[in-house]
Amino acid sequence: MNRGITRVATVALVLLVALIVGTTYWQVWASSSLAAKQDNAIQRVAQFTVRRGKIEGSAGKTIYATNLRRKVKGQTLYFRKYPNRGMLAQTVGYSTQERSRTGLESSLNDYLTGTNSNLNTVLKTNLDRLQGITVTGNNVFLTPDPRGQRIAQGALGTQCGAVFALEPSTGKVLVAASSPTFDLNLADKPNFLPNVSKIHANCRPASPLVNRGTNALFPPGSSFKVVTAAAALDSGLYTPESSFYDPGYCVEYGKRVRNAGDPESPEQFGTLTFSQALEHSVNSVFCKVGIRLGAKRILDYSKRFGFYSLPPLETPENERIASGLYSKGQLYYPSNNSQVDPGRLAFGQERMIVTPIQMAMVAAGIANRGVVMRPYVVDRIEQPNGSLVTRTTPKMLSRAIKPQTAHELNLMMQSVVTGGTGTAAQIPGVSVAGKTGTAETGNSGINTTWFIAFAPADHPRVAIAVVLQNQTGFGGTTAAPIAKTVMEALLERP
Amino acid sequence: MTLIGVGALTAVGFASVYIARQSVISAASLSYAGVFLGLYLLAHLVARATVPRADPYLLPIAGLLTAVGITEIYRLDPTDAFRQGLWVVIGVALFALTLFFLRGDYRRLENYRYLFGVGALFLLALPALPGIGATINGARLWVKLGPLQFQPGEIAKICLIIFLAGYLRQKREVLAQGRLKDFGPLLVIWGGAMLVLVETKDLGSALLFFGIFLVMLYVATSRLLFVGIGAGLFLAGAVVAYETVSRVRERVTIWLHPWTEQTVYCATNGRMELRQNCASYQLTKSLYSIANGGYTGTGPGKGTFSTTGGDALIPFLNTDFIYSALAQELGLIGVSALVLVFMLFVMRGFRISLLASDGFSKLLAVGLTFGFALQTFIIVGGILRIIPLTGITLPFVSYGGSSVVANFLMLALLMLVSNRANALRGIE
Repeated sequence: MNRGITRVATVALVLLVALIVGTTYWQVWASSSLAAKQDNAIQRVAQFTVRRGKIEGSAGKTIYATNLRRKVKGQTLYFRKYPNRGMLAQTVGYSTQERSRTGLESSLNDYLTGTNSNLNTVLKTNLDRLQGITVTGNNVFLTPDPRGQRIAQGALGTQCGAVFALEPSTGKVLVAASSPTFDLNLADKPNFLPNVSKIHANCRPASPLVNRGTNALFPPGSSFKVVTAAAALDSGLYTPESSFYDPGYCVEYGKRVRNAGDPESPEQFGTLTFSQALEHSVNSVFCKVGIRLGAKRILDYSKRFGFYSLPPLETPENERIASGLYSKGQLYYPSNNSQVDPGRLAFGQERMIVTPIQMAMVAAGIANRGVVMRPYVVDRIEQPNGSLVTRTTPKMLSRAIKPQTAHELNLMMQSVVTGGTGTAAQIPGVSVAGKTGTAETGNSGINTTWFIAFAPADHPRVAIAVVLQNQTGFGGTTAAPIAKTVMEALLERP
Repeated sequence: MTLIGVGALTAVGFASVYIARQSVISAASLSYAGVFLGLYLLAHLVARATVPRADPYLLPIAGLLTAVGITEIYRLDPTDAFRQGLWVVIGVALFALTLFFLRGDYRRLENYRYLFGVGALFLLALPALPGIGATINGARLWVKLGPLQFQPGEIAKICLIIFLAGYLRQKREVLAQGRLKDFGPLLVIWGGAMLVLVETKDLGSALLFFGIFLVMLYVATSRLLFVGIGAGLFLAGAVVAYETVSRVRERVTIWLHPWTEQTVYCATNGRMELRQNCASYQLTKSLYSIANGGYTGTGPGKGTFSTTGGDALIPFLNTDFIYSALAQELGLIGVSALVLVFMLFVMRGFRISLLASDGFSKLLAVGLTFGFALQTFIIVGGILRIIPLTGITLPFVSYGGSSVVANFLMLALLMLVSNRANALRGIE
């Protein structure tokens, strides 16, 4: 019998060894793929055993996201709390119990939960775990200026639109306001979506969850003339003094394309320079320039400013969208010049749609002598004890135009504010360069209005793009005053 | 014998560390450790008096496993831990009584083998009787007597092993020659047991009984052919069961495809759901629990088992699924150690069987030990998706009164066999 017993013993041992192998498989091999499963209820709760890192202003005085401690059945859980409610809401994003996350809460989740691959963090997280100390995530510090942000959001009020401001020399995001905004604390409460859809604004649907600064496309109208002018000057085909005759319209494909305003009696400027054409936003001149440059040359210059790529930022990719021509909902680049109407493209029509961050990058690139800096909103990430995990160093994104071209454009844009369509953006004692934009929406009398600007023009510290939806006024009367207010606030910062 | 002391220390140390790790440290929780130590010493003293030459590993291992179980149960639900504690008291009492009454010669049991066989059948059939039977969690394997719930299957398992050991010892020669008529009583009792088990839908126990039966038959006759025939029968039975019993089919489907991309019909609420949210909810959540443990685990008391609202995430966590709770809190290192402890127990059990001098003792020890190993494999293997999941307890660790009592009876029998074997060999 003993031989049989030995064999049975072997079988029994093999069975038990299989258990260790099986456990190893699930705890080591399959562990991360299981953790990522949407229905992983354990992870859904376990995330709250980690004290998520805070999201703060760069000075650490403004707190965008922190935690509420609560005991549930003897287990200490940390729930997210957003003390500043609607401020910077779409950029900060939310993190809910259902593990739906947006904004930086989503893209920086690894840092915020201390699971990023940075060596110091890995050591600390594992030591905490072994010692049974609550794992605490890294704190994230953001670049936006809290005061400027608040003023921008206030200026937008219940108007749908966005204000996006950058520091031209670094690419640092100074303001990222999207309107209407919403209280991030609603995200984890019942009926989140119905509640949010009740938010009132001058557009319908109000879509407060959409980050209009980076993830919404608007027709740029005349603000796009800056890109056309950059192409015209940088290619050497035109100078600011190039002379034009404006009959009030431009002939394209045998048809008249009229200047803005009343179609029955178009504005007529007669003989004028290229600079004056920008100052007064004369469509017929830009139409001619566009025809000569060709659509592809204009688009290629737009690419140098960042069009046709996702605008760089630390937020999730699906919360940013590329600017450019769109056809049937898809980004579209023509294979030859005849596919795109160059005249209309030159003054910002023709299927061209853009994001506010992209237009702010255009303004910042001109302000920074033709060099576009990579936009960033995360200043630094620190461990809970204050030691640095990572700090963003400004990086060049592209050289869009020559310094000389940038200088000429700078002067031309200054004339827009001193004596052209953008006088409402004048700041006493500060030279401001800007460009208005008013895009028709198809509904008569209802426009999308723009103002892009930078200041002080001789040594720019702020570049800004303001867009407003459903306006009856023009860029110079609606968006320019907001740009002025926000720039004033930002210039006051130390 | 020093091992016993070491075992006691380990067990108590384990318990107190665990309990102290709870966020609430109270005199009540520490008194658990005290009571536990007292019980353990009592069991040890009884064993010293009645079976002084028994294998010194068994009792400490059982104590350790019980301690691990009761502390994890305490962590999950202190009220359950109290009840479990009461059952351990009953278990230890029965352990002591068994040792005391059978200290002379446990082989007397062999004389009552048919009684045990019929008894096993009776116990198994009890839950099916109207009035006292109760269906819990889709299986009818409970007996309700007033406030007491009891699962007689666990005791029936031991009765059946005693019957098989006795009968096979007596008939092993003739059986080995394959005389069909000697298989009669065997098939009647065993077949009856299987019928009742399938009828009560207790598939885990059916598999366990079948495995024990085959192994004991093999050890008794040394005929691999019987195992082959048995395995063939089992496969045939499994196919038939798969085709005819919806519960079996469901278990296999859950096992093979716990996650679905598309919604499938959900029998519990009649709607279309993803399978991981319906039929395989328990299995997948348990796997998530295990995966969350990683190498080192979350630490005792730090695992996640309830929603942010405080509701339980995994049903039956402290009975069938206690392994996945332990895996999360102790991690791979912890539960691997736990499985090694099970292995050690199994190895000692087989050693006892090898050293035993007579057929009945050998068969009894093999049956009990292999049953212990197979039961561990069936439940943990089910949780780990090695085999289809069927509800059954993890010996000594799971919450459950009948299980605790049965395990202590098994322990007592193994120690009796071991004591006699060692006494005959003249060693301590």
